Amino acid sequence: MTLQLKVSLWRGAETGRYQVFSIPQRENQTVLDVVTYVQRHLDPSLSYRFACRVGVCGSCAMTVNGRPRWTCRTHVSKVVRNGGLKIGPLENLPVIKDLATDMTRFFEKWRDARGAFIPTKTRHDETEAITPDSPARRAANAAIECINCGVCHAACDTVRWNESYLGPAALNRAWTLVNDVRDGGHRERLEAVAANGGCHTCHSHQSCQEYCPLALNPTASIAGLKRRTAQAWLKGEISARGRESTA
Amino acid sequence: MNVSLYVWQRATAAVMAPMILAHVVVIFYATRHGVTAADILARTCGNIGWGAFYALFVVAASIHAAIGMRNIVAEWSPLDDRGAGIAALIVGFVLLGLGLRAVAAVTLP
Amino acid sequence: MIARTARRPGHRTDLLWLAALLHRLSGLGLVVFLPVHFLTLGLALHSEARLESFLRWSDAPAVKVGEAVLMFFLAIHAFGGVRLLIMENLTWHEGQKRNAMLAALVATAVAIVFVVWVAC
Repeated sequence: MTLQLKVSLWRGAETGRYQVFSIPQRENQTVLDVVTYVQRHLDPSLSYRFACRVGVCGSCAMTVNGRPRWTCRTHVSKVVRNGGLKIGPLENLPVIKDLATDMTRFFEKWRDARGAFIPTKTRHDETEAITPDSPARRAANAAIECINCGVCHAACDTVRWNESYLGPAALNRAWTLVNDVRDGGHRERLEAVAANGGCHTCHSHQSCQEYCPLALNPTASIAGLKRRTAQAWLKGEISARGRESTA
Repeated sequence: MNVSLYVWQRATAAVMAPMILAHVVVIFYATRHGVTAADILARTCGNIGWGAFYALFVVAASIHAAIGMRNIVAEWSPLDDRGAGIAALIVGFVLLGLGLRAVAAVTLP
Repeated sequence: MIARTARRPGHRTDLLWLAALLHRLSGLGLVVFLPVHFLTLGLALHSEARLESFLRWSDAPAVKVGEAVLMFFLAIHAFGGVRLLIMENLTWHEGQKRNAMLAALVATAVAIVFVVWVAC
């Protein structure tokens, strides 16, 4: 007789309820294994998102016992409480169905923070010589591994409290580009993150750093943005008023 | 919260940090020695130094508190950005008015 | 609209989140207290005697405890704020949790010293 694991899964969208399932507990089991088992053997109508199953794509993030995690890299034994698990969709995003959220707003914030590289050279120009240990490159490299899983965004209470806040992931991405000497959009980017809802909205709770599965530190990136934008504003290089429309 | 409000808030904080230290030392001293109203007023009345110090303290605190309250109202109340801005202005002006009145009360001869 | 499907988010027991909450609440406490403080001092505008009678009222133990709380608020808000200023303006250093704990400890010490040594 195998041990059973009690699993509560969110069913519904904005409104709904937690539905309890009982599944066989195994010695080596990830939370994604649990969700997959329910969908394949108990209730095929369960909706959830995953892809690689090995922690490189960022698709499977969910709220597990109150905390945002990659379900494919979370062992049940590490998070089980009172013989059970409570699994819900990621916080701070609209729910499409059950455990799948609508990531549109998350990526819109990336766009609004000007998190895209603006090239300045053509194939006919010489390649920019960037040493990996230059201070700017080190700063960019420390933040660049983000796979946009949404965990930091879900963990951030400031995102929860402030609809216009760009959030840790978008600002972290902007920081990597601020430190990229090849990029041609520096002024616009600084203005984008200096405006209402930008980096100055961050209160340094550091939940983003605490929960990032890659141990990135968006709080430090945002602190860097605060320094840069303050200097630029004091020098009169940027205005505080607003971003140009990025739509 | 944008870069302009941020710089004002951090700058007033930096200005106030040493002032708070001085103020706390003064409060400790005054409370320990059981100073009376007469003692306080004897030292502060007509004293430009005290007047300037506390006037600056009040101005900085009013700005700092107003911006801080703006954040709290924007994030924790149903008011929108504009409402938060108005609330901030009210808080700022109330503190500025009462504060400068208090400074005048103890320093003007 | 964003759904609130999870229980109370788990990160609200994290130390740095609590430090930020304390920073915000102490600031709020100070904003509420300051007008009272200013009005009290403004009593001197009327007469020295009115300020004096207020000062004597504030000798009561309950008021002293309140003053200790305010002293704690001022100290924790100032130390927490200095921690933020350092974090935002100097090179990033690990140890934010340790710094936040230190700030809280020193602020508590200040408040206790106030109530025990100074005010009694």
